[in-house]
Order: sequence, then C-alpha cells, then structure tokens
Amino acid sequence: MNFKILTHFGRYLIMMGTAFSRPEKTSMYYKETMRQMNDIGVGSLTIVGLIAVFIGAVTAVQFAYQLDGTLVPIYYIGYIVRDSTIIELAPTITCLVLAGKVGSNIAAEIGGMRQKEHIDAMEIMGVNTAAYLIMPKVVAALVVIPLLVAIAAFVSVFGGYIAVVPAGYMSHEEYIQGVRSFFDSYNIFLMFVKATVFAYLLTSVSAYQGYYVKGGSIELGQASTNAVVFSDILILLADYLIAVLLT
Amino acid sequence: MIRTENIHKKFGDHHVLKGITTEFFKGKTNLIIGRSGAGKTVLLKLLVGLLEPTEGDIFYDDVNFNKLGKKDTRTLRMDVGMLFQASALFDSMTVEENIRFPLDMFTNMTRKEKRKRVDFCLERVSLGFVNDKYPSEISGGMQKRVGIARAIVLNPKYLFCDEPNSGLDPKTAIVIDELIKSITIENNITTVINTHDMNSVMGIGDNIILLHQGQIAWRGNNGEVMESDNEILQNFIFASPFLQDLRDAALEK
Ligand SMILES: Nc1ncnc2c1ncn2[C@@H]1O[C@H](COP(=O)(O)OP(=O)(O)OP(=O)(O)O)[C@@H](O)[C@H]1O
Ligand SMILES: [Mg+2]
Repeated sequence: MNFKILTHFGRYLIMMGTAFSRPEKTSMYYKETMRQMNDIGVGSLTIVGLIAVFIGAVTAVQFAYQLDGTLVPIYYIGYIVRDSTIIELAPTITCLVLAGKVGSNIAAEIGGMRQKEHIDAMEIMGVNTAAYLIMPKVVAALVVIPLLVAIAAFVSVFGGYIAVVPAGYMSHEEYIQGVRSFFDSYNIFLMFVKATVFAYLLTSVSAYQGYYVKGGSIELGQASTNAVVFSDILILLADYLIAVLLT
Repeated sequence: MIRTENIHKKFGDHHVLKGITTEFFKGKTNLIIGRSGAGKTVLLKLLVGLLEPTEGDIFYDDVNFNKLGKKDTRTLRMDVGMLFQASALFDSMTVEENIRFPLDMFTNMTRKEKRKRVDFCLERVSLGFVNDKYPSEISGGMQKRVGIARAIVLNPKYLFCDEPNSGLDPKTAIVIDELIKSITIENNITTVINTHDMNSVMGIGDNIILLHQGQIAWRGNNGEVMESDNEILQNFIFASPFLQDLRDAALEK
C-alpha cells in the first residue's frame, strides 16, 4: 500500500516534470490556454457566484444568531463575514466545488483521449503530450481560479448583506462599518496563496488520474471520481498546512 | 530502412515475441502478417516506441531507436506517420483540423499554405468535401482515409499502418492498399503494414514476415507465397477449403 502511494507520487512528479518543458509551438499552447481559461473561468462563474452568495448569507445569519443576547457589537457580523470568507470559505469551498466540476472534467477529457489512442497518436506525431495536454490546463487554472476565489469572497460579503440587512438584523450602516473594520491585507495574501495552491492541486491531480487511465469506461468513471476525491483530500490537507505555516 | 535485432517482448509471464530479427525496406510495402493474437500490433507498437522491448534493438537507418533520449525520439517521430487500427482521429476536431494538427504544431506555414496542404492530402486519399465534417459523421472507410491523410501530411519517411483495411469491403480495402502502396513508391518511404488480409498479402506484399508463436515462421514476397511449401504459411493464407481448391487449381495449370 505504502509502495503504491510512492509509485504514484514518483510517476506524478515525472509527469509534471515533462509537462513543464518547452512548448513545441507557443501559439498552439497559447490558444489551448485561452480555451481552458474560458472553460474553467467563464464556465464556472455562475456556480461560484451562486455558492458565494449562500456562503455569505449563511455565515451572516448564523453569526447573528450566535451574537444574540451577547455584548459583542452587532456590526461585528460584517467583519466576521468578510474575514471568514476571505481566509477560509471562499478559497476552500470554491476550490472543493471546482475540484468536482473542473477536476472531473479534466480527468474524463484526458482519460478519454488516452483510451481512444489519441494520446498515442499525438506521441507518434512527436508531440510532448504531457506538456500539451496538461500545462495549458494548469496555467489557465493558476490564473483564473484565484480570480474566481476573489470574486467569490466579494460576492459573499454581498450575500451576507442581503441576508441580514433587509431582514432587519442590523442596519446598512452597521454592516458597512463591520466590513470596514479591522482590515488586514495579509488575509488577502493568504486567500491568494490558498487559491493558487488549490488550483495547482486540483488540476494536476485530475490530469494525472486521466493521463494514466487504463481499461474502459468503468475505469474512466473511477478515474474521474478519484480525481475529485484525491483533489478534495489534498486541498483540505493543504488548507491545514497553510493555516499552520502562514498564520 | 528499419532493422530489428532479436526483439523480445514479455507481458509478465506471457512471452509474446521471441527474438524477431528482420528488416523493413525503403520504398517497399513491408507486411507483418499472422493470426489474430500473433503479436502484430505489439511488434508495430515496439517499432514506433509505444511499447518498450524486453530485449533487443530497433534501428532507424542505423540510429538505435531505443537508446534515443526523449527529445531525440520526438524529433525522429516528426518523420513518422501512423495509421491506427481504430483510426484514432481526434473526435472533437473536424476532418480538416485533424489533418492540420501536425502542421499547426510543427510548421510555420501560413493559414493559406496549410489549407492547400490539407486539400492536397485529402485529394491524395480521394476525399473531397469532408473538411468540415466531424469524424463521427463520416464512414469507417473514410475515417481510415482521413487517418492516412493525417499520417502523411508532414511527409513522413516512415509510415506504419495497423490493419488499414480491416472492417472494410473488399473493393474499398483494395483501394486503400493501392493508395498506401503508391504513396510509398512516390515518396520513397519505409512502410510497415500489419494485416491478416489475403488480398493485401497478394496485392502489395513486397516484403512479408509471418509471425507465428512469437517467431518469424516465414519470410518472402507475394510472388513466393503460392509456391512456398511452408505449412504454417499455407494454413494461414489458404485457410478455407474453398481457397485451398483455388490454389490447387491454379498450381495445376
Ligand atoms: N498491453 C498488453 N498487456 C498484456 N498482454 C498484451 C498486451 N498487448 C498485447 N498483449 C498480448 O500479446 C498478444 C499479441 O497481441 P497483439 O495485439 O499484438 O495481436 P495481433 O497479432 O495484433 O492480433 P489481431 O490481429 O487480433 O489484432 C496477445 O496474446 C495479447 O494478449
Ligand atoms: Mg492487432
């Protein structure tokens, strides 16, 4: 069992080493990267936005419930919604969801190409398939996912507002005051570190699952599931490590 | 020219190829024939490096293929075209995009030049008006031809075809055989074809090896097939009583 993990890890490292070598043709890689940015970024905007609204709303309502009858000033709700989404909820939940959406997609796409001998066909042409099929996806994710996370954080704060202000928990001024209090830009840095690390993990792990798939449609389904499961586990593990190391 | 020296291939305990030493000549259609499961596809995949031999060496014009680094392998592969048994066309791309892919990846041609080259290759395989179709929208025989067009678009020096006419009607099969043969002669390239089709053996068998139980059971050309008294070859080629009668009648004359 332990050996198996080591074998996978070694093969993963070799694959990623090959993936980041010099492109045969920059314009082809550029085009592919743009396509991926569109798929991952624009394609995920709705779901990310939707989730962010609810994260913010739930955080706000629940914190309001916890504060009820305490001496903590009510405007703290805005502050808590802002910081908890920036530091934790926006990067982690967004990336867990993207692991499900983007990760399974990457594994299925690359795995299908492996099974249908498309990868062999490209290899015979002289294409570095690890590079052409993986690098654009990882690069696109590294650019686009942090942006999505930033949008998610912003939308969450807005979601919190909708949940508590119109409902009468607190006034417009109080919420805004909360959102403006105790701001520490280090938290933004933390958010981007997390988003970048998670983006790398979910794309490369999913690509690995697809690239080495064998067998038929059952194995392809398993690869797609594994991509999501392993990405999720690694994201949570990395989340913990970053929390320990950087805060 | 491609040369193999004492190639062995094992999958676990399964010893598929047991010492294959042979040559595939330039300007000729070289055939690898044998029963299903004889190891034809394995040998072809070894030749192009999709599998690694357990033992033995492969030489491309005196360059030891298995000793090349990854980068040199890729450089060599730009001179290699391959038609897969199942065509392996990229199914999310149109026919034109499929054939253009190697040009996009490896040349600095302008859009117009690429277009011209694609049209030339399509014409070469007698296909027109399919540029914008997807592989799923054309027939199996057309897919094979698109596969050939894609394989020759970069003017390869070596062409490999894994059962180019399996699953095709006899007429279309012969058309494809003739096509591969004429491309081979025109461009003076080394072509290796896997087949168990008797028509191909007789039609384009310039240089034939017969695989049987992991070894070369017979070698020769199509002119020598009829007269050979090699039992394995005779059993393979004239598999049915009908064909055996035909052969006997032909030999009596
Ligand atoms: N990846 C593999 N792993 C294990 N065994 C394999 C593998 N590939 C091929 N074999 C075995 O090698 C033998 C030869 O297979 P191969 O595909 O080369 O046959 P073939 O001559 O091409 O047959 P066909 O005419 O049916 O295509 C078979 O017995 C097969 O089980
Ligand atoms: Mg075969």
